[in-house]
Amino acid sequence: MIVGFLNLTWPTFADALALGGVYALMAVGIGLVFGVLRLVNFAYGQLIMAGGFALAYGTTWNLPTWESILLCYGVVLVLSVLMDRLVFRPLRTSSPAVMLVATFGIAFLLQNIALLKFGPLPRSVGSLALLNAPWDIFGVEIKKIAVIAIITAAGCLVILQLLLTRTSLGLHMRAASMDFRTARLLGVRANRVVGAAVVISGLLAATAAVMLSAQEINITYTFGLQDTIIVLAGVVVGGMNRPVPATLGGFSIGFATGILGGVLPTDKSQYLPSFLFAAVIVVLLVRPNGLFTRGGGAVERV
Amino acid sequence: MSLVRRLAEVLAPALLVLATALLALEVSSYLQAYFLDTLIKVAIVVGLYVFIGNSGVLSFGQISFVAVGAWTAGVLTVPRDQKLSVMPGLAHFLVTHNVGNVASLVLGAAVGGVFALAVGLPLMRLSGLAAGIATFAVLEITNNVLTYEQRIGPALNNFSGVPSTTGIWQAAIGALVCIAVAYAYQRTRFGRMLRATREDSAAAAAAGISVYRQRLLSFTLAGALAGFAGGLYVHLQPLAANNLFLDLTFITLAMLVVGGSGSLLGAVVGALAVNGIYSFFTAAVNTVDIFGWHLTVPAGTAEIVLGVLMVVVLIFRPNGITGGREFSLPRRRRPVADLEKARATT
Repeated sequence: MIVGFLNLTWPTFADALALGGVYALMAVGIGLVFGVLRLVNFAYGQLIMAGGFALAYGTTWNLPTWESILLCYGVVLVLSVLMDRLVFRPLRTSSPAVMLVATFGIAFLLQNIALLKFGPLPRSVGSLALLNAPWDIFGVEIKKIAVIAIITAAGCLVILQLLLTRTSLGLHMRAASMDFRTARLLGVRANRVVGAAVVISGLLAATAAVMLSAQEINITYTFGLQDTIIVLAGVVVGGMNRPVPATLGGFSIGFATGILGGVLPTDKSQYLPSFLFAAVIVVLLVRPNGLFTRGGGAVERV
Repeated sequence: MSLVRRLAEVLAPALLVLATALLALEVSSYLQAYFLDTLIKVAIVVGLYVFIGNSGVLSFGQISFVAVGAWTAGVLTVPRDQKLSVMPGLAHFLVTHNVGNVASLVLGAAVGGVFALAVGLPLMRLSGLAAGIATFAVLEITNNVLTYEQRIGPALNNFSGVPSTTGIWQAAIGALVCIAVAYAYQRTRFGRMLRATREDSAAAAAAGISVYRQRLLSFTLAGALAGFAGGLYVHLQPLAANNLFLDLTFITLAMLVVGGSGSLLGAVVGALAVNGIYSFFTAAVNTVDIFGWHLTVPAGTAEIVLGVLMVVVLIFRPNGITGGREFSLPRRRRPVADLEKARATT
């Protein structure tokens, strides 16, 4: 069994699996929007940050946990729809580089609004803190949140897969991400498909926000930024054009981060980003179209 | 193109930089710091333009070359007797060698260029998003290593002891050198070949241009300019050398895109405009006087104004303020009557 060799333990393995799951959700969120809009949404991390702050405010206002989770979903959804209407829609026809830089702008803007409004000190999501308590599973102590994250991620991915393959909306979305113009000519309604992608992506961001907040507890204005960068790398490594490779890429990089964090000796652990991103470079050089894609990809447009 | 028109193309951005430097001489020493910072940003953004503007490939790695240049120039100019107290773990070779101000800038450029060449050799085979993410990975790794490696620099400490030799003239001349090199490069056949690959890489390759080789050349040159700018930076703000990471990457990319990534003028205008507005609102936190009118804004306004501005400019002028064009003198149109007369005589 792989577990048990090096200094890898079951809890590390479970945490890595959970992180992989959360990153997979973020990867789908980023990948769906990229599919229909050809837009790399760098501001995805700020959606997660907003969700984190919503949860923190839920704690401050003494709301019951489910109400603050509801608040988190509400805030993230409204924000992602606003982002689409105010910025993505006017930019829909411009070049991918311009759209990417525009999302930098939004990320920068939202981050600084948060800094101005909530200050540099962290806010605590106390109501979710008890999820960090361990559960005893077959004699191994595993954090509750890890189990919940794994189950939620798996559930969401199954529902999403069903949605994409078994409903007409899913068919339209897949068609639009293959070839937007042809899909429109065949009667796929652009705004409906884009709207659906944005809403689903927002729902996934909110879910990831709940999971990450429960793990990290302290929310600052940079919450979600580093995660988004890593997930973006994972999505590109996996293969950006299709949902399944993108998800696998997100999962792999989250899992690798978790395992590396557990396995690296303490005097090397500060170099974790170097190891991770060196692996990213190597994979990109060997498989520039994505690790989990088949055949040559289409010519990219960035 | 006539010589006058060509001169005007390169003089327009150069004069903007000179005007900024002259303005900096007139303001108080508190405000002067913002002007100096702006001039360094011009140098960094021009370096960024040399690769991104000419090749059309997005690179997030440029600030890692700036950082490497800053580290080189910084480590080599801390006075020898202070070196071990500032950087206790420094490699012996670096403790015993010191250079002067100008030599440190040149070495910064050299190290930046060599590092960019080493990185570019494998990475320039990539394009599109894969290139973007791979260069991002370079940025992350460089920052990670520079932050923790004590043998090559101050690691988590800061660069105290680096002489502050970047004054107005060094900053202005530095920015002008970058502009001159960038312009000279884009007029050479190499620059033109790279621009051809930007417009249509398949057609350029069919015409016998090696896309890989041209990109690598420009990536190396951009790395050298970045290393040079890093040297200027560390001699201006040695204590802020650990800022050479994500925020600066985004802000300089934003400057390039807002100005218009297709032209040298765009790079300069973007850096001046964006940093100007940003500096204005940062300074306004401590009240600025504009023609006797006092303006005070809460801290953080600068970032928010900048974020909104970036998005608005991109929506209404997706090719940037300059539209990606160089400065051109207005053409004199021959009146229609003249043309008709000319046609009648032939």
